[in-house]
Amino acid sequence: MASLVFFYFASIILLTASLVVIFRNPVYSALSLLVMFFHVAGLYVTLHAEFLAVVQIMVYAGAILVLYLFVVMLLNVKREERFHGQTNVAMGLGAIMLVESFLLMLQGDTSWLSLEATPNPETMAKGNVESLGEVLYSTYLFPFELASLILLVAMVGAVILSKKGILESKSS
Amino acid sequence: MTLPLADLLTILPELLIVGAACLLLVLDPVMPPAKKSLLAWMSLGTLVLCFFISASSMNDRVFAFSDLVVVDPYASFWKLLLYLVSALTILLSMTYLKEERIDLAEYYGFILLSLVGMMVMVSAADLLTIYLGIELMSISLYIMVGFKRFEGKSIEASAKYFILGAFSSGILLYGISLLYGIGGSTRLSEISAVVTSRGGDDPLVLIALMLVIVGFGFKVAAVPFHMWTPDVYHGAPTSVTAFMAVASKAASFGALLRVLLEGFGGVKPNWNGIIFAMCLVTLGFGNLVAIVQTNIKRMLAYSSIAHAGYALIGLVVAGQAGAESAVASQGVSSIMLYLAIYSFMTVGAFAIVAIVRRSGVEGEELEDFTGLAKRHKGAAFLMMVFMVSLAGIPPTAGFIGKFYLFMAAVNAGLTWLAVIGLIFAAVSAFYYLRVVMVMYMREPSASQESETRLALTPATAIVLACAIAGVVFLGLYPAPLVSVTQSAVLPF
Repeated sequence: MASLVFFYFASIILLTASLVVIFRNPVYSALSLLVMFFHVAGLYVTLHAEFLAVVQIMVYAGAILVLYLFVVMLLNVKREERFHGQTNVAMGLGAIMLVESFLLMLQGDTSWLSLEATPNPETMAKGNVESLGEVLYSTYLFPFELASLILLVAMVGAVILSKKGILESKSS
Repeated sequence: MTLPLADLLTILPELLIVGAACLLLVLDPVMPPAKKSLLAWMSLGTLVLCFFISASSMNDRVFAFSDLVVVDPYASFWKLLLYLVSALTILLSMTYLKEERIDLAEYYGFILLSLVGMMVMVSAADLLTIYLGIELMSISLYIMVGFKRFEGKSIEASAKYFILGAFSSGILLYGISLLYGIGGSTRLSEISAVVTSRGGDDPLVLIALMLVIVGFGFKVAAVPFHMWTPDVYHGAPTSVTAFMAVASKAASFGALLRVLLEGFGGVKPNWNGIIFAMCLVTLGFGNLVAIVQTNIKRMLAYSSIAHAGYALIGLVVAGQAGAESAVASQGVSSIMLYLAIYSFMTVGAFAIVAIVRRSGVEGEELEDFTGLAKRHKGAAFLMMVFMVSLAGIPPTAGFIGKFYLFMAAVNAGLTWLAVIGLIFAAVSAFYYLRVVMVMYMREPSASQESETRLALTPATAIVLACAIAGVVFLGLYPAPLVSVTQSAVLPF
């Protein structure tokens, strides 16, 4: 049962991810990306990472994808033909790598691939959000605060680079 | 949960600098424009204070924040170097930003926050923290590169740097996530244990290793991950270029050495070959392409690529399989010495480029320097000393840096690598000395006589004095710096 669920999510992810590149209309691409995000969130649920699943939907589907759609619609790119010249090269390279990875998996020892994903029993007892919040504010306090500095820099930087009237051209 | 005071004291310099940066961002809008230069002086004061704090704890070895941060002599050495470079950059910027009419106080805030990122990079014992440090540094730099936003090339440089930088961060993150997958932790000590027990032939370890090297290779601008360097260095405001060429390179080398030697110390033969190949192509490509450049900023960009190649010689020595620990630590200390010396001469050279101005814009083309010796003897002389030092000719400091690197290579049994380095140093003399030739042996045209001027202020004079003092003093008497670097190497 568990593997059946996995194969459902994994195959849909593969399919929609390919559709993102295959569609010529950027809006379709963005929408199939949306479907992919939801299925990735489904995978997280099967791994008992409920919080991550919710964040995945909120951040990726809710925020980032909407941003993509805004850009696509504002810039009004109907059909992007420029990059389809690379299709043949990309297909060729991709086929080679696919065959190579199959060969590697078929021959001999693949023990190095098996990484056990064992949920921490303590985490399971407390629940995702609580245990995440706990390590975030204790063990990983320093990187957490560092991330807030990065956001500060990005915010001030966006203002500096886009606000009118603070950096004038030399001619004026 | 309580915040342990000892942990906070360990990162006191970082806290002070973040505090100064935030204060600066808050005070900027409420200060009268005439007093804005006070903010730059305030940042300088903070840096001086931090310099003394870090110098006083130079010999400590303290872990903080559940072993995510380590303050050891190695980290302190890089921090001292970074304070110095940032202070020189701020001094240079005070004049340069006014000349270019981009004097916003936020600029100094970005320098300080970028500096915090670099400090975290060199003193983190955890891959996640190192990554966040890299991002803090890079995002500040992306913005500073685009500060001349009314100029197409500055915006182009910023966008290029941002997109390629984001890509390289992604590659680095892939490597880190694989390491987290096999180790169950992002701490370097635990990764080192797992990597050693799995061995270097394990495909996962190999892939992670390669991804990490690619990520850092981009940050130190080593060939073949250097594509962004010339365009970005050329388009950025010159003071930012100096900051990137020196501080971000030094911090990236600091982090790269720690990750490779502490995290991947058990599988040295696996990365030594990669670094070796990178070192050779970086030396060759950087030096040969620099020859055909006619723009001084582009030439210095290729020269900074080439200098990354020289520094990689030290890493090859440190990663030499079977080398004694004395030889390996000599490799590391020679990188530290080399980058410290490189800082002085590169900041000096960029400072001259920033202050030589021709009809309102900076003199960045080689022909702007034609006959500079006739008009501005002092500037031409200083530029000559920096160029001679970059080429590695005695009695300047550049010679000492190369000498210690090549000596480390010879001691590790890599004599022919030292010979290759020497050949490329001779090649580099061609393009460095061409600048000297243009300045001293060509007659300036009449229009150049009238149009060229020096933007010499007390602040830029201090920068030039520091740079020239470093180049001359370390060239004649390098012993103090050498002993500092030798006592500050990573424990083997």
